[in-house]
Amino acid sequence: MKRFIGFIKKEFYHIFRDRRSLFILFGMPIAQIMLFGFAITNEINNVDIAIIDHSKDATTEEIINKISTSKYFTIKQMIAREADIETAFKKGKIKAVLNFEKDFSKNLIKEQKATIQIITDATDPNTANSITNYINSILQNYQQSKNKGIVVEYQIIPQTRMVYNPELKSVFMFVPGVMTIILMLVSAMMTSISITREKELGTMEILLVSPLKPFQVIIGKVVPYIFLSVINAAVIVLLSIFIFKMPVQGSLLLLGLESVLFIITSLALGILISTIAETQQAAMMISLMGLMLPVILLSGFIFPITSMPAPLQIISHIIPAKWFIIIIKGIMLKGVGMAYIWKETLILVGMAIFFIGLSIKKYKIRLE
Amino acid sequence: MKVENVIEVIELTKTFGDFTAVNAISFEVKKGEIFGFLGANGAGKTTAMKMLIGISKPSSGTAKVAGFDVFSQTESIKKNIGYMSQKFALYDDLTVKENITFFGGIYGLTRKKIKEKREQLVSELGLENISNKLVGSLPLGWKQKLSFSVSLLHEPKIVFLDEPTGGVDPITRRQFWEMIYKAADQGTTIFVTTHYMDEAEYCDRVSIMVEGKIEALDTPKKLKEQFKVDSMNQVFLKLARNIE
Repeated sequence: MKRFIGFIKKEFYHIFRDRRSLFILFGMPIAQIMLFGFAITNEINNVDIAIIDHSKDATTEEIINKISTSKYFTIKQMIAREADIETAFKKGKIKAVLNFEKDFSKNLIKEQKATIQIITDATDPNTANSITNYINSILQNYQQSKNKGIVVEYQIIPQTRMVYNPELKSVFMFVPGVMTIILMLVSAMMTSISITREKELGTMEILLVSPLKPFQVIIGKVVPYIFLSVINAAVIVLLSIFIFKMPVQGSLLLLGLESVLFIITSLALGILISTIAETQQAAMMISLMGLMLPVILLSGFIFPITSMPAPLQIISHIIPAKWFIIIIKGIMLKGVGMAYIWKETLILVGMAIFFIGLSIKKYKIRLE
Repeated sequence: MKVENVIEVIELTKTFGDFTAVNAISFEVKKGEIFGFLGANGAGKTTAMKMLIGISKPSSGTAKVAGFDVFSQTESIKKNIGYMSQKFALYDDLTVKENITFFGGIYGLTRKKIKEKREQLVSELGLENISNKLVGSLPLGWKQKLSFSVSLLHEPKIVFLDEPTGGVDPITRRQFWEMIYKAADQGTTIFVTTHYMDEAEYCDRVSIMVEGKIEALDTPKKLKEQFKVDSMNQVFLKLARNIE
């Protein structure tokens, strides 16, 4: 045991004396969560729009007023002619144009029908979509308030309620994803690099010739990273609670335990990578290409799995991150307990055992 | 007085698939001896050595190191040997003191013993002023001397040196060999691989491996007589040519 503590102490010296590892361990989680939380967002805030008002009557004024007082839109300019729309878009300042037809109020009263054209800049399709939705709902609201008291035959009024994230904050979606990426990065990439480093330097050989058993060497290398990963997970959760006001509905203990499970799965992957890779460079490339990319693209972190083509959906099943994201989303946002996530947990346990077994086997072959 | 054999190797063989890296080698090494293990690159030196230090399983044959069997008692072997590889494997980002403490620790030395050894070693090597400096900042020659001392920390019966003097200047090599002699005088057996033939002259006995087999084994003096030449270098060349 004393040997073991000495070993771990040495491992911490390595980590704390290397600026690069320090940055990945502590700078990265904070930078990522801030970046995803503040900068990268699907939400709409103060989008600049332009208006063409061919009628300039009471109704259009009311609608324009409603739009400009919402926090989502800022009316940047009034355009006189259709021909100028193109130029306005090309300048890139505005994202949408609202075009009120001639005699808007008159048409509304006479024919009970008036048209607004919504033109959006779809170079960014997600934003364009959101803008259209927001404007539609403002218009619908306005219409309903006008129709109050009037009996209209056959009217369907959808009542939408967004549960678990009513304000549609995108940071709620990013926190679980970022946490997954960070834990994967720290556990798998950092351990695989640190093990291959010893191979590269020739110190691994010295350690294997010492009375330390091979598994003690590996455990010794891995333990500091379990410790640091847990701290990282805690930092991310705290940041999201206190800075982004993201609630943790479920049990913090369960969240912690599930995180440890995922950390162990990732560490096993890291050890596996270190048995394949001969150099630190190779270990880093395999970790980035083999682990990070699938986590970002196929885990459901950014792109919903259900809208992927079938083969990709199947591939996504073998990505541990996918299951972990389901688990932490459930715990953090829905407040579910073990009863709802036992299946995902079991899958992660299975994967952990599989990867540990595989890396032990690979490691033994190398020693022969 | 009968001299104790600390290494006994009989017909030791290692094959990788069809390739025989080490082909039925037999020899013994006596206690306190400096045994030179020579051969060209790829002759099988390192493979043979790896079997003796317990990190590679022999395909057939038997061998005992420090009285323990290389098949079944590798754990006991590891406790009784020291090892220094050609890469001077100390940790560059640890200080001299930290390296000594770490390696003392993994060999299970007590804290008191480590402290004692550390002080002794630092003063013997004249490293007092730089004992808190990172090893990475030391010149190669010092690293290598330190590395050798570290491999002797736990007072092993045998120390295995795998091409320990590669890439260092002649003066440092000379000093290094003085350290080897000193250790041998104190009863430590030295098993050293090298391809510097002048170093072979410093050994008590040498074996020369060619293509997986030991082709010659004796004192440098007798080998030179046997091949009727004046230097180990010529012995080596003659052997290599005969095989071709």
